[in-house]
Amino acid sequence: MSGEGVQAEGTAGTPGDPAEGGAGRHARVVLVDDHRMFRTGVQAEIGRTEQTGVEVVGEAADVDQAVTVITATRPEVVLLDVHLPGGGGVEVLRRCAPLMAAAENPVRFLALSVSDAAEDVIGVIRGGARGYVTKTITGTDLVDSIFRVQDGDAVFSPRLAGFVLDAFASSDAPPVDEDMDRLTQREREVLRLIARGYAYKEIAKQLFISVKTVESHVSAVLRKLQLSNRHELTRWATARRLV
Amino acid sequence: MPAAPPRSAPPSYSRAPAPEDQPTRKLYRSADGRLLGGVARGLAGHMGLPVVWVRLVFLGLFFAEGLGALLYAVFWIVVPLGVGGTTTGPRSLFETSPDGRRRLRKPDKGQVFALVALVIGAAVFVGNVNLGRNHADRYIWPTLLIGAGVVLVWRQADNARRARWTDVGRRRRLLQLARGFAGVALVGLGLAVFMVVRGAAAQLGNVLTGAIAVVAGVALLMGPWLVRMTQDLSEERLMRIRAQERAEVAAHVHDSVLHTLTLIQRNADEPGEVRRLARAQERELRAWLYNPEGTGKEEADEPATLADAVKRTAAEVEDYHGVPIEVVVVGDCPLDDRLAAQMQAAREAMVNAAKYGGDGGAVQVFAEVDGRTVFLSVRDRGPGFDLDAVPDDRMGVRESIIGRMQRHGGTARLRAVPDGGTEVELEMERAD
Repeated sequence: MSGEGVQAEGTAGTPGDPAEGGAGRHARVVLVDDHRMFRTGVQAEIGRTEQTGVEVVGEAADVDQAVTVITATRPEVVLLDVHLPGGGGVEVLRRCAPLMAAAENPVRFLALSVSDAAEDVIGVIRGGARGYVTKTITGTDLVDSIFRVQDGDAVFSPRLAGFVLDAFASSDAPPVDEDMDRLTQREREVLRLIARGYAYKEIAKQLFISVKTVESHVSAVLRKLQLSNRHELTRWATARRLV
Repeated sequence: MPAAPPRSAPPSYSRAPAPEDQPTRKLYRSADGRLLGGVARGLAGHMGLPVVWVRLVFLGLFFAEGLGALLYAVFWIVVPLGVGGTTTGPRSLFETSPDGRRRLRKPDKGQVFALVALVIGAAVFVGNVNLGRNHADRYIWPTLLIGAGVVLVWRQADNARRARWTDVGRRRRLLQLARGFAGVALVGLGLAVFMVVRGAAAQLGNVLTGAIAVVAGVALLMGPWLVRMTQDLSEERLMRIRAQERAEVAAHVHDSVLHTLTLIQRNADEPGEVRRLARAQERELRAWLYNPEGTGKEEADEPATLADAVKRTAAEVEDYHGVPIEVVVVGDCPLDDRLAAQMQAAREAMVNAAKYGGDGGAVQVFAEVDGRTVFLSVRDRGPGFDLDAVPDDRMGVRESIIGRMQRHGGTARLRAVPDGGTEVELEMERAD
């Protein structure tokens, strides 16, 4: 996304625009993916620490390894694949739940997958991941997403936004908890724009709100997705023959 | 144990539905067109003789002190039921027409005939034995009853096995159940008559108690083992089905991926072509892996739903212009005339985005079905686009996008996105 790739090019050391969120920052990252070639590729793209500010401190290829490495290194962000030997990304999230909930330096997870299956993606999000991006993402966008997740924000790719809209739209049963299970008009608007390929800054301009407000809407959606009652999402998944 | 089921799986699976493993020429009982157990037909197929001959031989042997019946029974027990064995001789004699009513009618008539023949044969047999040894006649009727019952139950078991290959309707299953019960009842009756005839009726109570005790003991001893075995069996079957599915996907994917990789190697110095091949392959793989139906094959016919249509259109434009197009679809609905018009406008927009969107990145297509409204947006990150600056002779946008949408009762908006790029928004109400 052309609007956001600024911090990656030669901004190391210079105090960057805080809205860009990348320059001069540092994030320790663990890569969890069972394809070594993919890990190498990501490492090559984001691992040049002095340029990107991202430092890859560990790699893991399956669930057990991942839990060990994450516990040992306590990174800020984990790039997590959805499909992993030993139970998948969801299992890693389950076993790392205490680390995620930690009051100090919580570990945050960003799902990074080629998977197109809505149940995979929604599964890791419900498991506690802060966002989901597809593997076609560019290096600069990925770095940007890492910092955003480090800040506690949610990262929605267009595809994830589509899945979420689908999940919340197609449940015709009255939700158990109205506030929790429904997206507000504004949240829907924001999600729609994300699905249409808009960057946060563009959304802010389009809706005449600040980027911070966009971020808070997206975080609210993520929270609802993680907390909304299981029954409804199951219904949704069943209707689509996903489970 | 985990290693065992997969190893045993392939042969048993491939044997059942495939009549083409003829070369091994194993003897099977024939499942279709049989009169009783399919033994004669199976033998005939195996030896390449007309069925009638084999049946006559069995009938002849039957009169030789019942040897034919015994032989037939042994064959029935030992030889597995299969579909093979019938394809050589018998089928050409009896079933010249392709699968249809004839094959269904034929066995029925044959069965009636067989039953009549059996009764006549049995009567003759009884008469024979009566003439021969007088003291044996008391055992004849019970034996015949038991024999008939056993035949019924065996046939039942055959049918149960065959039901796994072909779907059996509910009514037929009921009928089969009734037949099974009838067989058991016949055997029980025969045994009872046997005991009465032998004068053991007085001790019937004792015998029954003893029998029940034995059965209960056996059940206690074997029950858990039997249960475990059934569980193992069903588990094995499940794994076999999974393996089969996996093999199917692998077989499909494997060829086309290798094919694509070869093409990519050959076209390595043409990045456009390589990208196109890779995208096409990726799309096909995804369709295979994530389609709920699992068919994944791109059908030749027209798409029936909006989501399909959007994806198909995007794929075509992507292939033709070599620009990646990301598609997000929310909701789905059947395609009607108005939506078809919207799809054509969308295609035009996608083509424009691919042509003039430049290298700003992927073209983003978003479609949403919201109640009766279908919204579709196409956005690129190119240099932007000003409708007023387009010369009047360039009718592409005005006619094929805006005009088309308006003619069908929809709206189209073109606008420049603040940070660069163009977005086309198409909105249409669904018909009916």
